[in-house]
Amino acid sequence: MEMFDLIAVMAKILFVIAISLGVIPFLVWFERRGSAWMQGRVGPNRIGPFGLLQTTADVIKFVCKEDFVPKNANKFFYHMAPTVALVAPLCAMAVIPFGSYLVLGDHTVNLQIANMNTGVIFILAFAGLEVYPIILAGWASNNKYSVLGALRGSAQIVSYEIAMGLALLSMLVVYGSFNPHEMVAWQNETIFGFLPRWGAFVNPIGALVFWIAIFAETNRLPFDLPEGESEIVAGYHLEYGGMKFAAFFMAEYVAMIMASGLISTIYFGGYGFLPGMQTILNLATEYFSLGVAGVQNVKALLEFTSFFSKVSFFMFVFVWVRWTLPRFRFDQLMDLGWKILFPLSLINLILVTLGVYFLN
Amino acid sequence: MENQQQDLYNPNVLINIGPNHPATHGTLRVMCRINGEVIEDANCEIGYLHRAIEKLGEEKTYHQWMVYTDRLNYCSALNNNITYAMTVENLMKISPTDRCMYIRVVCMELSRIIDHIVCIAANALDLGAMTVFFLLIHWREEAYTMIESMCGMRLTTTYARIGGMSYDLPDGFAQRLKKFCDEIPKAIDEIEGLLTGNRIWIDRTKNVGVITKEDCAQFSVTGPCARASGIDMDLRRDRPYYIYPELDFDVVVGSGGDVYDRYLVRMEEMRQSVRILKQCNEKMPNGPLWVDDKRVLIPNKLDVYTKMEVLIHHFKIFMEGIDVPKGEAYTCTEGPNGEVGFYIVSRGGPKAWRIRVKSPSFTHFQVFEKTIKGGKIPDAIAHLGSVNIIAGELDR
Repeated sequence: MEMFDLIAVMAKILFVIAISLGVIPFLVWFERRGSAWMQGRVGPNRIGPFGLLQTTADVIKFVCKEDFVPKNANKFFYHMAPTVALVAPLCAMAVIPFGSYLVLGDHTVNLQIANMNTGVIFILAFAGLEVYPIILAGWASNNKYSVLGALRGSAQIVSYEIAMGLALLSMLVVYGSFNPHEMVAWQNETIFGFLPRWGAFVNPIGALVFWIAIFAETNRLPFDLPEGESEIVAGYHLEYGGMKFAAFFMAEYVAMIMASGLISTIYFGGYGFLPGMQTILNLATEYFSLGVAGVQNVKALLEFTSFFSKVSFFMFVFVWVRWTLPRFRFDQLMDLGWKILFPLSLINLILVTLGVYFLN
Repeated sequence: MENQQQDLYNPNVLINIGPNHPATHGTLRVMCRINGEVIEDANCEIGYLHRAIEKLGEEKTYHQWMVYTDRLNYCSALNNNITYAMTVENLMKISPTDRCMYIRVVCMELSRIIDHIVCIAANALDLGAMTVFFLLIHWREEAYTMIESMCGMRLTTTYARIGGMSYDLPDGFAQRLKKFCDEIPKAIDEIEGLLTGNRIWIDRTKNVGVITKEDCAQFSVTGPCARASGIDMDLRRDRPYYIYPELDFDVVVGSGGDVYDRYLVRMEEMRQSVRILKQCNEKMPNGPLWVDDKRVLIPNKLDVYTKMEVLIHHFKIFMEGIDVPKGEAYTCTEGPNGEVGFYIVSRGGPKAWRIRVKSPSFTHFQVFEKTIKGGKIPDAIAHLGSVNIIAGELDR
């Protein structure tokens, strides 16, 4: 491997981690201000401009707290759980592309940490790992409520992974590829001349199932049963305090970012241009009289903006739904997963397959 | 451990819900034997907030004990104040003035709205709908601000006095009340929009925590919980007190007896309370606030400072207490949660011989133990929120 590639990969990893961890304080702030806005409150507005530094203050508090471990906890698994929780979704982000490529001198830099042909499988594998921290935390804490939360969480994530996998599979049939770049390229066309050929428009049922499933995968309301603060107190992370709790908290947000990135890439055109961006690119090309490399770099920048705004939109939807809906009950959650989403996504898969077979 | 053969399919896990649990809203304890999430057996324990309030009633004068009634159901302190004052007045054969009765009805209906707001909000919060909680609590604060303007207190009001009220209504109260009555139905509609037709809310509450008619009769469940089960009983109509016969309102009756029906009954009762408040606001008579009875009349402060006889009278009322004749009385009103009653035995003198409180939460908690068996933990939480068990009233 050339030195340049090595540095490029390092820089990309740093960029992705910095962005996804760096936006968490902002997201937490947004969640709190957003909920306050929906609930007719003010929300945190004291520390920093518009209360933006509130989360920083929270982090300082978390770091300074006592590192408490319950007496009868299984120490190894107890400490392992928050680590896995944070690392698994971060790893999954490696294959989500946030732009096409940059041109730097003779080199091109692919705006994706790892360009794998099995990209989607990789994401599913690491998203599937999210079940382990919940089981580990619940079991190792040696607390009945934690175990209840762990049982709920593991069953929930495993069940919804099936619906999610089937919804994903129906899109793979359409794209005929596992590679996220090719998926985005496929979606860059238009249908009927005006509608972008996004996965969500081609396969709306799949998009809906996938969208519901990522709520369950990320343990957000209305599927926050593993935490269920009023029922099983705090569920699997009941016995975690200080920075270990913060790790779970951050893991939830990283998982949300990952899920938003995934749904944007697979169903909403990924880093493909939003309507109007082509005009901006044309204008910029004329105004600065850019060369081929320059055009590509501006294009990559615009693509990143497009991807970022899509992810932001889905993050907003996460917050919006959370503060609107009540929580499901466990059996109702299972009913929804197995009796509605699973058959629906299966039928959808068959229909999509038939459609692809006859149309091509 | 050896003689206990472990049954892997039913490990008989014991779990404590409370006394320190986010959903218990106070200190009460439910010990559950669970199989998975299903509660197979439950045992409720009370007494964590026992403060011997009834016993204290034998040591305090009638006026001094008024403050303890605030601490029974602290969500509807006004209703307790007034019911207690009513009981003592019945013992003394005093009937309050017209204006006093109207003010008292306004107070009781305000406290009913507050109590229902707290119940629905907390119930929604327990089921994960946090926004509903905040939207409703805003209106509780508005109501508290109005109560503050009446008596200077928000939560523990101590507004009633035997024979009258501690203060008359403040200036501009009619406009404030009118504004409140105009605005709160909109808020109730908003909450209805968020919850009543919400699929998740219906799934979580329908056929959950069912209290049947028979259960109500056996456990003497009263108030909105009984009405939600289809028992058409409302003391405001069936055993009318004060000016309720002159007022036009409907008694809300449900049919299912589940959490959803209790929610609907409470929502509609808030609307009916607003109706009553509006009528009271229109009809509010002028005239004296206090009964013209020397035994209980608290003199005007200006007279106390300027007239010798009045000063002595004031001193005697507050240092010795009022002399209540021999006898016993039980008076109950339709509290927000159900029948709130005070039973007082007097042997004469300024202190009661015995005081007992009939609190609706006590009976509701009894039936809770029966109805959660066979349900799941989230059902128990939904049920607990919907019967509005207030620990202060439960344990006394």
